[in-house]
Amino acid sequence: MSQAETAVPMPLPELEGLAGEFYGYCRKGELRFQRCSDCGSWRHVPREMCADCGSWNWEWERSSGRGRVFTWTVVTRALHPAFQDACPYAPAVIEMDEGVRILSQVTDCSPDQLQIDMPVEVVFEDASEEVALPKFRRSTS
Amino acid sequence: MGAMDEACIVGIGETAYVRKPGSGLSALGIQLQAAVRAIEDAGLTGRQIDGIMPFPNLGHAESFAANLGCENLRFQSIVWMGGAAPVASLRVAGAAVRQGLANYVLIPAGWNGYSGARARQTVAEDVSSLPGGAIARDFYLPFGFSAPPQWYSVMARRHMHEFGTRPEQLGCIAVAMRKHAQTNPNAVMKGRAMTLEDYMASPMLADPYRLFDCCLETDGAAAVVVTTPERARDLGKEPVFIMGAASGQPRPADEITNRKDIFQTGLSLAAPEAFGQAGISPGDVDFAQIYDCFTFEVLQQLEEAGFCKRGEGGAFVEGGRIELGGELPVNTHGGLLSEAHVLGMNHIVEAVRQLRGDAGQRQVADAEIGVVTGWGDFGDGSIAILRRA
Repeated sequence: MSQAETAVPMPLPELEGLAGEFYGYCRKGELRFQRCSDCGSWRHVPREMCADCGSWNWEWERSSGRGRVFTWTVVTRALHPAFQDACPYAPAVIEMDEGVRILSQVTDCSPDQLQIDMPVEVVFEDASEEVALPKFRRSTS
Repeated sequence: MGAMDEACIVGIGETAYVRKPGSGLSALGIQLQAAVRAIEDAGLTGRQIDGIMPFPNLGHAESFAANLGCENLRFQSIVWMGGAAPVASLRVAGAAVRQGLANYVLIPAGWNGYSGARARQTVAEDVSSLPGGAIARDFYLPFGFSAPPQWYSVMARRHMHEFGTRPEQLGCIAVAMRKHAQTNPNAVMKGRAMTLEDYMASPMLADPYRLFDCCLETDGAAAVVVTTPERARDLGKEPVFIMGAASGQPRPADEITNRKDIFQTGLSLAAPEAFGQAGISPGDVDFAQIYDCFTFEVLQQLEEAGFCKRGEGGAFVEGGRIELGGELPVNTHGGLLSEAHVLGMNHIVEAVRQLRGDAGQRQVADAEIGVVTGWGDFGDGSIAILRRA
């Protein structure tokens, strides 16, 4: 890496509030989403209350970790300097079996191998001492 | 006659649109230059402006008022909808003058979008400027999903999957905007014609978006003045009437990926409201200025505004139908893709010019009704339906 690139750190989530709790589980190797205790609907990104039924009651429920590729883009010119060396890379929207979608990346295949509805499963990638990011790999199911 | 015919646009102003070496003016200065021209065009003086609606993050009403010598700034408001703000501001300004909250509302927008901070800098240095704020910071940026062409291109890919929309169809949009720019002396891309082959050969930035799917970064500003038809008569000015105007938000507005309907935008909800106010349908429209931050957003907005059905946008933009002389000329000035990126305010200015019959070489014959849209943040939408006097 050149000096210019090392000057810009990879952007990481702030580990506070609900996002902090979400990433806290990721650190333990668990993908959990909020699930409404009253109407049962899953939600992501984390929110204070249920947009479906208005309930404030919810729990962090374990996800199957399985989903399918819903859509993606292939970044060939980084618009954030920290990703300059990562190009080409593909931020992908994964639709989980629970119904929620999560923005992530599929790590074990190149962007040109991605296909819509491709089955994937979660893996965790250490991004720093404190942060593990939920990413995905191809799965057979 | 539309329900909102009690408000109209009486003044328009623009600066030169430039890339290197830049405007040489401050962000406020360049907006003031456009504002002064709009105020003069209306037959007013700065003293008489009593309402100002600045663009989010690009200025304070107080500093505009202080420079313009406003005697009684009694209305100010900012609509936080990114690029949807100017058209949404038109709606609010219309309501304000009808309600007597102000007599003459100035709406400026502009920036040094080329010589000042560019998009890639603001992404890296000012996370708080991202729509969605903490959501983008915590759930998008760590995965390199950091900027508008990336956010919107995932919708374009999904649209291609569901409806068979093709890259060449996005290219038709880019080519039409570039063609229109050749008729516009103030367009940055005047003198730089482009073919579909040029488009297809341009480098990928965020597949399926190529370089030529993306709008320009430019220095420039534009402004309009809104008042009531009664006051317009006193000014001796042919007003352009606001027949209908609405704005809307996608659901959820702060996050793109978890929309049940990934193609629904703020415009999907706003357009029926505006057409209802105007008492017309999209088929009655003579031209449309569609916020063209990227090509697919033009296609998507044509669908969501009701100019064609969802999934039919690809065919709708082919064969010159959105070009001058076609069924629905779109972005007759060249748009953000080929005139300049002035946050959509230049779309409003161009619509007024067309309805005044002042568009010169690119004039749409017998133009009576035109539509302007705005698109901002994660798909906020706004629309105004305008008609000539």
